[in-house]
Amino acid sequence: MNFKKQLKDGLIDNNPVLIQLLGMCSTLAISTTLFNGIGMGVSVTIILICSNVVISLLRKIIPAKIRIASYIVVIAGFVTVVDLLLQAFLPALSASLGGFIPLIVVNCIILARAEAFASKHSVAASALDGLTQGIGYTAVLIVMSVVRELLGNGTFGGGILGPDGAGIRVIPEGYPALLIILPFGGFITLGLLIALIQRLSRRSAEKAETEEAA
Amino acid sequence: MSLTSIVSIALGAILIENFIFSQFLGICPFMGVSRKMDTALGMGIAVIFVMSIASMVCWIVNRLLLVPLGLEYMQTVVYILVIAALVQLVEMFLQKAVPSLFKALGIYLPLITTNCAVLGVALLNTQKGYNFIESLVYGITGGIGFLIAIVLFASVRERLELTADYPESFEGFPIALISAGLIALAFMGFSGLKIW
Repeated sequence: MNFKKQLKDGLIDNNPVLIQLLGMCSTLAISTTLFNGIGMGVSVTIILICSNVVISLLRKIIPAKIRIASYIVVIAGFVTVVDLLLQAFLPALSASLGGFIPLIVVNCIILARAEAFASKHSVAASALDGLTQGIGYTAVLIVMSVVRELLGNGTFGGGILGPDGAGIRVIPEGYPALLIILPFGGFITLGLLIALIQRLSRRSAEKAETEEAA
Repeated sequence: MSLTSIVSIALGAILIENFIFSQFLGICPFMGVSRKMDTALGMGIAVIFVMSIASMVCWIVNRLLLVPLGLEYMQTVVYILVIAALVQLVEMFLQKAVPSLFKALGIYLPLITTNCAVLGVALLNTQKGYNFIESLVYGITGGIGFLIAIVLFASVRERLELTADYPESFEGFPIALISAGLIALAFMGFSGLKIW
C-alpha cells in the first residue's frame, strides 16, 4: 500500500473539502479559532477511521438495499461516543463546537467515504483512507481557522496558546475586521481558497501541457 | 406560550438566524441544487415538508420515549433514524397520493436525509426546550428560511452564468461561495431586528 500517494490524494488531489466539495457546513461554521479547527478535524478523523473500519468489516453482511441506513447507524453510534467523550474530558471544546458535534452524523464526507471506499475495500485500506481523508479535512480546517482568526480577531492559536488561551495577539486591537469571523467571512475565505487551488491546478496542467509539446 | 413567542420564533428562523446564512446548516444541498431555479424551488418545498414533520415526530419520540426511559444520550442516533424513516415514508406516500409533486421533487427527496438542517432543527428544538407547537413552528419557519435562501441564491447564480465576468480560477464553486457570502452580508442587516 502506498501511504505517501494516498496522503497526497487526501491532502491535495482528492481533498474532501476543496475538490470533492463535501462537509461544507462544519468547515464554514466552526473555523473561527485554531482550537475549534483542530478539535473538529481530529474528531471527524477519528470517527471517519472507526466508521470506515466497521463498515469495511461488515461490507459482506450488510444487504445492499438498506446499506445507507446501516452506514448512518454505525456513524451515529461513533458520533455519540465522541460527543460524550468530549463532554466529559474536553468540556471547553464541546461547548465551543456546540451543536456541530452531533451534526457530524450528516457530514457528507463520512457517508461518502463509507459508500465510495469502505464498502468496497479491505479493512486496512479503509482505515488508511479514513486517516488520509481526515487529515485532508483537518488541514483545510486549520488553514481556514488560522486565516479567519488572524484577520477577524487579530490573534493566532486562540483556545490553546497565549494568556488564558486567548491566543497570541498579532494585529493590535481595533484593527482586525470582525466581519471575517462572521458567516460572511466563512463563505468568502472558502471561496478564495478553492479559487486558489483551481488556479494552481490549472497552472500545473498548463505546465505539463507545454512540457509535453516541447 | 403566547402569540408573541410564536412570532419571534418565526421571525428568528426565517430572517435573523436563517439556517443557511447565519447557522450554516444545510449548506450541501444549498450549494448542490441551486444551479437552476425550478430545482431550487422543489428542494426548498421538500425541505419545508420534511423539516416540519421531522420536528413534530422527533419531539414526540423524545418526550414519550427517550425522556421517560432516561435515554437522552441516544438522541443523535434515534433522531437520524427517525428522519431516515420519515423521508422514506414521505417518498412512498407522495408516490401514491401526489405523483405530480413526487415527480417534481425527484432525486432531491432521498437526499434530504443527509441535509444537516433537518437533523439540526430536531436537535435545536430539544436544546432550546421548545414545546410541541413551538417545535412545529420552528420546523416550518426554518424550512421557509431555507426556501427563501435557496431561491434567492438560485436567481443570483442563474444571472452569474449568463452575464457575469470574473477570473477563470473562480469558475464554478468559488464564485458561488463568494455570492453566498454577499447574500449572508445582506442577511446580517436583519440581526438588528428587535423582537418585542
